[in-house]
Amino acid sequence: MSLATTTLAARELPPPAIRRWNRQRVLGHALLALWGLLGLALIVYLVRAWNADLFARYAPAYLSGLLVTLELVGISVALGTILSLPIAFARMSANRALAWPAYAYVYFFRGTPLLAQAFLVYYGLGQFRPQLEAVGLWVFFREAWWCAILAFTLNTAAYQAEIVRGAVESVPKGQWEGAASLGLPRWLTFRRIIAPQAMIVALRPYGNEIILMIKGSAIVAIITVYDLMGETRRAFSRTFDFQTYIWAAVIYLVLVEVLRIATDRIERSITRHLRR
Amino acid sequence: MLELIWFGPTGWGDEIAAGMLVTVALALATLPLGLAAGFTVALGKQSDEPSLRAAANVYTTIFRGLPELLTLFLVYYGAQIGVQQAMQLAGVRSGIEINSFVAGMVALGAVFSSYASEVFLSAFRAIPHGQYEGGYALGLSRWQTLRLVVLPQLVRIALPGLSNLWLILLKDTALVSVIGLSDIIRQTSIAARVTKQAFLFFGIACLIYLALAILSSFAFAAIERWAGRTEPSR
Repeated sequence: MSLATTTLAARELPPPAIRRWNRQRVLGHALLALWGLLGLALIVYLVRAWNADLFARYAPAYLSGLLVTLELVGISVALGTILSLPIAFARMSANRALAWPAYAYVYFFRGTPLLAQAFLVYYGLGQFRPQLEAVGLWVFFREAWWCAILAFTLNTAAYQAEIVRGAVESVPKGQWEGAASLGLPRWLTFRRIIAPQAMIVALRPYGNEIILMIKGSAIVAIITVYDLMGETRRAFSRTFDFQTYIWAAVIYLVLVEVLRIATDRIERSITRHLRR
Repeated sequence: MLELIWFGPTGWGDEIAAGMLVTVALALATLPLGLAAGFTVALGKQSDEPSLRAAANVYTTIFRGLPELLTLFLVYYGAQIGVQQAMQLAGVRSGIEINSFVAGMVALGAVFSSYASEVFLSAFRAIPHGQYEGGYALGLSRWQTLRLVVLPQLVRIALPGLSNLWLILLKDTALVSVIGLSDIIRQTSIAARVTKQAFLFFGIACLIYLALAILSSFAFAAIERWAGRTEPSR
């Protein structure tokens, strides 16, 4: 071992690398400029098309539409979460009589369009009106709103069941075995050891699922629920003013971006202990 | 009951089969468009140039954030209004209709490509840098390295993600029924309205989509086997 007796003289920083205007850089700036121009054109268009009358008439409609969208997504995602747990456990079960129906359920709802499912519930079950009236369920299936909630809940439950399954199966088997060797019962193991680890894995897919539901919920406008999309279509069909669609696009984009950023934040805070 | 869904003048079988062809044709026509656009955007996203990355990210943020239905309306009505105004400027007065098939292709292609670019990007990141350096060391140009060394590996890594996107695309085509394209949903809706057998016909629509999904997963399994044939077995 040797001791340093002199310190090295401070050296100058190397000059920053010269960034040349190569083809990529020109293209990148051109494309960014194009986006900027498009954004500017959009703002100019919205300012020039600004119509106080239109705004006063339709702003409350848009607001109520936005609330309907949020309510629809909130209720169906929450109900879907409850419904997804038994499905996920049935799907993971070693018992075939449980696993197969759960697999079929998930396959059906993930393999068919949400629009077709909504039609099947709203128009399809409407065909059984006498029978539904006989059991007193017609008041429920008569409303497009409840049919939308039912279809969305069934749909998101299938997707969420897969998220839960993926997350639980991502936890190494040794965790189960370790808990078993400590004499913990299975339910306690799941609740205190597996679930906290699985939740970290599941957070991002859950965030994506909510975003997908918000985007997917636009189709309820077709079965006459006046969500944000429904209000937009109504406003457009009355005014033939294209800015109605632009406003909806802006609202949806902001909504999705806010959710995405929130998911990122939550993920960063719950994985603090994993970061180096 | 069988008479209703069978082929021929009394049944709706041929109408629904025609709708199925439209759905499959639209999905197949959108696929190359979306793949090409997605690959281009992915190239931008993995570039060293920050401005190029930013431009590519704006594209994905927009088309992944908008509901597919809204994108479809924006493209369909936006193009219609744009063409009308261009016509008025040119002094021509003619009612040109925007083809709803093309509008569907553009809208679904935009959505598909923004998701596909993410799949391609993560595949790009899975390929070690040494592969590029090896290519350059052999004297291959940038383009040759990409085409001959990187792309064959990229396809193999990206395939599972792309097969997922294909299934999503197949389901998203259901939305074009709203702008008047006679796909499965529209044909079965008409049948349901005429015959008052909504449950039957929408059930059939769901089953057709399921059958298409199962068929596609067989096709993708075959493609994956073909793409993985050069991979050393472990």
